[in-house]
Amino acid sequence: MMMRRQFMYPALVVLMAMGLATGGCKSPANSGSSQSSGNDIIVGEYGSLTGPQATFGKSTDNAIQLATDELNANGGIDGRKVKVVTQDDMSQASNAALAVQNLIDQQHAIAILGEVASSCSQAGGRVCQSKGIPMISPSSTNPAVTAIGDDIFRVCFIDPFQAAVVARFAHDSLGATRVAVFTNTDQDYSTGFSKNFIEAFTKMGGTIVIQKSYGGQDTDFRGSLTAIAQSKPQAILIPGYYQDVASIAKQARALGITCPLLGGDGWDSPDLVKIGGTALNGCYFSDHLAIDDPSPAVAKFVASYKAKYGQTPDSLAALGYDSANLLFAAMKSAKSLSSSDIRDAVAATKNFPGITGNITINAQRNADKPAVIIKIVNGQFTKYMAISNPDVPLQQKGS
Amino acid sequence: MNALQILLQQTVNGVQIGSVYALIAVGYTMVYGVLKFINFAHGDVYMVGAYTGFFTVTAIFASKAPAIQGVSALVLAMVACSMLGLFIERLAYRPLRNGIQPSDAPAWSLFWSLYITLFLGGWLVNRSVLPPLLVYCVTFAGSSVVMYLLMRRLFASLSKKLRPSSDRLTALITAIGVSLLLENQGAASFGVTPRAAQIKGVNGGKDITLPTLFSQHIKLSVGVGQIVVLVAALLLTAVLVYTVRFTSVGRSIRAVSLDRDAAALMGIPTDTVIAVTFLIGSALAGAAGMLNHMLTGIPFDSNIGIALGLKAFVAAVLGGIGSIEGAVLGALLMGVAETFTSGSAFSPFKDAVAFVILIVVLLFKPSGLMGRYAPEKV
Repeated sequence: MMMRRQFMYPALVVLMAMGLATGGCKSPANSGSSQSSGNDIIVGEYGSLTGPQATFGKSTDNAIQLATDELNANGGIDGRKVKVVTQDDMSQASNAALAVQNLIDQQHAIAILGEVASSCSQAGGRVCQSKGIPMISPSSTNPAVTAIGDDIFRVCFIDPFQAAVVARFAHDSLGATRVAVFTNTDQDYSTGFSKNFIEAFTKMGGTIVIQKSYGGQDTDFRGSLTAIAQSKPQAILIPGYYQDVASIAKQARALGITCPLLGGDGWDSPDLVKIGGTALNGCYFSDHLAIDDPSPAVAKFVASYKAKYGQTPDSLAALGYDSANLLFAAMKSAKSLSSSDIRDAVAATKNFPGITGNITINAQRNADKPAVIIKIVNGQFTKYMAISNPDVPLQQKGS
Repeated sequence: MNALQILLQQTVNGVQIGSVYALIAVGYTMVYGVLKFINFAHGDVYMVGAYTGFFTVTAIFASKAPAIQGVSALVLAMVACSMLGLFIERLAYRPLRNGIQPSDAPAWSLFWSLYITLFLGGWLVNRSVLPPLLVYCVTFAGSSVVMYLLMRRLFASLSKKLRPSSDRLTALITAIGVSLLLENQGAASFGVTPRAAQIKGVNGGKDITLPTLFSQHIKLSVGVGQIVVLVAALLLTAVLVYTVRFTSVGRSIRAVSLDRDAAALMGIPTDTVIAVTFLIGSALAGAAGMLNHMLTGIPFDSNIGIALGLKAFVAAVLGGIGSIEGAVLGALLMGVAETFTSGSAFSPFKDAVAFVILIVVLLFKPSGLMGRYAPEKV
């Protein structure tokens, strides 16, 4: 009897702990459109709804749902509603592959949308390619993503193009001939961007005065920045993500570096200015879209996104919106709703009027379209110019 | 900029980051001194300090003057972290050291009732009409009483069966467990998006013109925040060194670190001294977190303590683990070495240089720069 009592307490504790573990979990909910019936067309979406890239994944997901709701309100595709089934990959490439597998095998999706991060898109893309399901990535800019095979597309430009655009802008518009490069060596995005920028910029006759690098976990950049300041550049290229860029900018300004800083679409986050403050005024970066673009298509998208979600969309949302609409347009024009016919229709897309520009899918299944240079003025992202072909010198624009 | 100016500028940069390492490193070295094990959860205490500072500056004292914000954030971060350090020691390390006792029940019941309140309270709030705060309070009160009674009975029966673990490896692995718990609880509570805030008025740079040296005109650019971090860190370190050297608390800490059993025989309450050591070390780590992030605006997330903690640990070993002055020296040395490397052509090898220095020092002086050589008594 004594023995049994002694065992009771540990057993009770274990039971309570188990109750805690299971009681705390919520059953996962799919954020697809509300009413579903057997007749719906199922499109799969995978994205980083949680994890480090969650802000990117959420805006993309919001915009895809917005596009789907608008399509269904206007009668869907041939009278059938489209249902987007969303799977979270927790910002991990290994989960992305599982998510796509589940979307295709369990949910019977006929086409896939996703991801933002190139590493996740590559993992998911390989699954799509092996199963012959077309996939459109809204915003993965690494060239390797669409190189997987003929089922993988994207609606954004690729990194070499973006880097060449920034080089053309720095050389022609800023009139810079001496540029410093500060790379995050832990990110393929950053090292690839720097490499392509240096190639393009030196070809135009510019000089890279100094190259420095940092690691993903660094928080103090003053050592490298002091050396950069010594080399007296006219501009500094920092192709990192916004949180690094914001603290680099602050520390650079505190060290007395006043020249403009340049970057790519990794800068695009409201947090950039929230963290960096005034240090980023007068800096430039290349992006997919300027939210302040006065064109009616952009204004309409911004207004309906704000009405639905109560916040201003970023360029990732715009690309998510374009990826969904381009897919829906292709489904409408496809001979049938079989995956191979949808793929052929996506591949044949010419001059699709997206809100991030007119999109033509080229032979490498990438989108041909212009990039926008954004200038940060008083903490606001403002459109400075659009560049569609970085190989052609720009008309000099005084700044 | 001329060479001398670069040299001085990089030294200032390096000493500033080194002073932050120093604040963390003394915690590693003090705990090693009294317990002879590495408290790997120490870097995560730094993270909690940064978050405490963040919420003080952005929420609690958001509209106050910068000076009030700074001082209150520093005090709150130090208080919160010292409480956390005490709690960790009471929850995880003391039961291992002394064997589990009924006196461990309060800490353990607090730990469990916090989680029960989080989950059960959240579940109840959705299903009751009472105000949420009341529901949480009642859940907390109820669960702590139940857990306390349960834990006391459980520990009373366990204390007869389980022997204390004299194995230092057990404590080390427990420390890694505590570290993982803090990192993941931090991610769950505060989110994974990096946070950043800066106290107003410390962002700008100050140009300091030095008197002409070697017939060269020297001008240094130093951020206001940088100066405050440096001064505050050095002040806190000085207070610590004074406390350990010249007060009775310090004397008992040194006695325990020299020989714990002998100190206990001399009437020193070793458990209390160990708790005080955790309290002081954690308060300094919390101060480091608040100072480094709230004065310079560097973004951070719940994993920030991993990299910084590792560097501070290396600094402590470099200086001679167990020696407080050694930890400070090692930290400053590492900060300066790191800054000079990242300014040189070898910038990608920034972190490697710290370890190369460590290896070289340990090759020639295995006990570290200021460590004592203590032969193992058999």
